[in-house]
Amino acid sequence: MTLDQKLVAFRTIFYKEVVRFSRIWIQTILPPVITTSLYFIIFGGLIGRQIHAMEGVRYMDFIVPGLIMMSVITNSYSNVVSSFYGAKFQRSIEEMLVSPTPNWIILSGFIAGGVARGLVVGGVVTLVSLFFSRLHVYNPWVSVSVVLLTAVLFSLGGFINSIFARNFDDISIVPTFVLTPLTYLGGIFYSIQMLPEFWRRISLGNPILYMINAFRYGFLGISDINLDLSYGIIIAFILVLVAISLYLLDRGYGMRS
Amino acid sequence: MTPALSIRNLTKTYQSGYTALKGIDLDVNPGDFFALLGPNGAGKSTTIGIVTSLVTKTGGKVSVFGHDIDTDFSKAKSCIGLVPQEINLNIFEPLIQILANQAGYYGIARRRALERAEYYLGRLGLWDRRNDAVRTLSGGMKRRMMIARALIHDPRLLILDEPTAGVDIEIRRSMWEFLREINAAGTTIILTTHYLEEAESLCRHIAIIDNGLLVENTTMKKLLAKLHTETFVLDLRMPLTQLPPLPGHDIRMLDGHTLEVEISRDSGINKLFADLSARNIEVLSMRNKTNRLEQLFMSLVEGSRQHRGACRRRQA
Repeated sequence: MTLDQKLVAFRTIFYKEVVRFSRIWIQTILPPVITTSLYFIIFGGLIGRQIHAMEGVRYMDFIVPGLIMMSVITNSYSNVVSSFYGAKFQRSIEEMLVSPTPNWIILSGFIAGGVARGLVVGGVVTLVSLFFSRLHVYNPWVSVSVVLLTAVLFSLGGFINSIFARNFDDISIVPTFVLTPLTYLGGIFYSIQMLPEFWRRISLGNPILYMINAFRYGFLGISDINLDLSYGIIIAFILVLVAISLYLLDRGYGMRS
Repeated sequence: MTPALSIRNLTKTYQSGYTALKGIDLDVNPGDFFALLGPNGAGKSTTIGIVTSLVTKTGGKVSVFGHDIDTDFSKAKSCIGLVPQEINLNIFEPLIQILANQAGYYGIARRRALERAEYYLGRLGLWDRRNDAVRTLSGGMKRRMMIARALIHDPRLLILDEPTAGVDIEIRRSMWEFLREINAAGTTIILTTHYLEEAESLCRHIAIIDNGLLVENTTMKKLLAKLHTETFVLDLRMPLTQLPPLPGHDIRMLDGHTLEVEISRDSGINKLFADLSARNIEVLSMRNKTNRLEQLFMSLVEGSRQHRGACRRRQA
């Protein structure tokens, strides 16, 4: 395949993914927006009034970046896991496997689709947050780069989950038992400086903490974590997950006999 | 001449330990209409799976129009169109999108892909359903859709794994016509089917696989010439109460109006008709009792099994 043909193949997979999640927007875009709005109303608007400023920032403004990031994480992940597993389940993935499209293009197409959904939902949640907070951006480059890298990282996570999944239960285990607890404990609603030393140290083992804090730094200019360390951890995870994904695709794990 | 498909010493042992292919050698010439037959579990779909890279081979070499599937996979895959045995369409997607996307995976730009999709939807009688999701189609329509998808990138080699399974006779015959047309236009076709009438009607070459081994690989003409006797059913104008003696003919009366006769290839059929006329027995019509290829297929597979049984007994 020439480079042009590879680009066509990539655009095709990306377009297919965007059409897929747009066609079922009531299932893919609306629910996270409603859920996050409820967080804004309950934690920010109602309970948040009783909570004093967090690191010098109004509580509502403090939780907004974390909530945006949470919607990006869960939607990037779930887009790829459901789309790729669905294609595996119906065996329509064979359309790509018999074609000359290289594995890295297949992976890139699905990841781009996951990133697109994460960013669309994140963007809508950001717009909704404007009704509740005075959003200002301290460093847009940090905000944009962190949200992009995080969306890539969790799209890769969803991809690997879908390769190993043998039934529909398997694609909900990781989001329910791993992703959601780590996200909630990743400092969306609090600063880890508030935690006792032991729990603060434990929290440092949670990779999502680094992403949320880096993203919050982009908005508010405050972070519990060193920014360079956050970038380093995100990029390291991405490289490892890309290597695993390509290895599994080359082996045809769960797809080829 | 570079073969359209060349297979050398192809073996496949699954993780369970089951050996599906035990060393197959096969060449398919460009422009051929080739039948790959065998009973269920013989290794046909495994062979096709390896050629199309859906199954990983254990050993051997496969090349498509001279492109090795291991070292030159991109060019090899570009040459192949596959219609799989199982329906593997995304049931939620509209037909035109599936075809345009499939073309995209072969590097065909969107506008051109849509033009091709429109052409093949029209050719296969699916144009009116182009914006419908696959789940709303009948079984026959899904089969035709899979043929359209396999052809969307103009492959030089089309592989059809039981394409007419479960399709009614009218659609099946229209599919045959379509396949004859694209074969006449230069596309090499490999067909697996359990409808032996289909293979006999369409294919010029035939290979039979049984138990992971090739038991026959020849032209359809030569294979059918191996048939020493054929059984015919004769319908009579006037009913018989008793079959008169007909020396030299292996003939049975099924009922008053129907006779069954076994005719050897050497003796021919004229003498039978002469003898029947001499006894005032008038034949209205005549037909083969079973498909000729079916008869041969059964005897070849049976022969291969007896041979294996004998080998096992000798080893024991």
